[in-house]
Amino acid sequence: MDTVEDYVARIEGTCGKDKDVIVIFKYDKKDEAIAKILKKAKLEKSMSTIIFELTFKGASFRLYATGKAIFRNLRDKDELHDILLDLLL
Amino acid sequence: MLDPYKIREDFPIFRRKINDQPLIYFDNAATSQKPKQVIEAIKNFYENHNANVHRAVHTLSQEASELYESAHEDVAQFINANGKEEIIFVRGTTEAINLVAYAWGLRNFNRDDEVLVSLMEHHSNIVPWELLSKVKGFNVKYADVNYDGTLDYKDFEDKISKKTKIVCISHVSNVSGVVNDIKRLAKVTHEQESLILVDGAQSVPHLPVDVKSLDVDFFAFSGHKMLGPTGIGVLYGKHEILGKMEPFQGGGEMIREVSFNQATKRCSIAWNDLPWKFEAGTPDICGGIGLMEAEKYLKRIGMEKVKVHEYMLTEYAIHRMQECKKTRIYGPKDASVKCGIIPFSIDGLSSHDVALFLDNYGIMVRSGFHCAQPLHEIFKLKSSARVSFYIYNTREEVDRFVEVLKEIEQT
Repeated sequence: MDTVEDYVARIEGTCGKDKDVIVIFKYDKKDEAIAKILKKAKLEKSMSTIIFELTFKGASFRLYATGKAIFRNLRDKDELHDILLDLLL
Repeated sequence: MLDPYKIREDFPIFRRKINDQPLIYFDNAATSQKPKQVIEAIKNFYENHNANVHRAVHTLSQEASELYESAHEDVAQFINANGKEEIIFVRGTTEAINLVAYAWGLRNFNRDDEVLVSLMEHHSNIVPWELLSKVKGFNVKYADVNYDGTLDYKDFEDKISKKTKIVCISHVSNVSGVVNDIKRLAKVTHEQESLILVDGAQSVPHLPVDVKSLDVDFFAFSGHKMLGPTGIGVLYGKHEILGKMEPFQGGGEMIREVSFNQATKRCSIAWNDLPWKFEAGTPDICGGIGLMEAEKYLKRIGMEKVKVHEYMLTEYAIHRMQECKKTRIYGPKDASVKCGIIPFSIDGLSSHDVALFLDNYGIMVRSGFHCAQPLHEIFKLKSSARVSFYIYNTREEVDRFVEVLKEIEQT
């Protein structure tokens, strides 16, 4: 059975006052991950199909066609994991 | 004038594409790219000369020792030190500052003393002193920075006194690129019979540096920001001060003799000569050789030419970035008072969003605090994006960068 870890290569907390989180998807799974996310999350705005502004279960995030996503204002790692679980699996 | 297009031919990494776009590397303040000459020197060492240095009679060790020692000599010439005795190889600027803190500060600072740093420092020139102050009880004072990112010299002069045991200050800010007047600060510092340690991580790769002319007591910098490998850096110290200092770490290499005394049942130890007294254990031999090759590469170009190239690029970039209506530049907009670094933000976007946007287009910039949170607090910023240039960057790359900034602003 697939897990979040099958799709995610790295999770990094950003440096700065705002503690955002950047999720980097595995290169060979990024297209699949992006497709799944776009199917489930609400698209607020997109730019030339390379950058997507999305919301999902109260969380807002930006997804990049390069296979990276930046999540804002999350409570903790568990909340991120739950969101990724719902988006990817 | 240096020719960045010719220089780029020496850097294999510029053959690759990022996200199907030509690589534009504007994160040089974090680390520089490496020319094939440095890569080859490292490969050549491991393929032909690899052995541990010093205290062996065999041929390979002799060769490795000669290369490693000549790396010290070459670096000494590069910054106009008196010789290899004043050049200690360390892991980087951070370790160099920690070396001074623990080998000098731990033994010489007391409760009533003060250490004076500035609010524009990289965390590596703040945290070691704050840590040591917890042990020794001295006070760490901070010289103010003006809202444009320049040092408040008046405040610096007000805060220095006979209590100040050491001044620790960057030559060039890693956030704003502001160049501090080190000669002036050294003069004021020495009038108070204090020592001055300069963090040269952002200056040695970009400007001609002469430690004698600056009259600094310690000067620290990293190899990886000046075309060399990671894991190697330099602490310059005046010979008479290094001679008075006790070692930082103990181990092999840094001792002349360890003799067990049957009467006292203790070992008596004699330190090795400078600079080896401060290089405990097997050093980063290959890193030192890589650094020597990097320094030779820069010397062939000429540091004055490096400085002029970066000045022109910075001036051009600041000019072009001002076409972007939602882009704000922090720090001075006069390129002549700074060195190849431009912090900026775009209204309505976090610095990380900006960096990720640019990454889409193959443009690498840094985002965050850049390990200098106090300066961001002065700028009233949660974080910033930062472009930083080097010898291989071109005006065309700046044009492409500005073009993408304009696209970002339209989102």
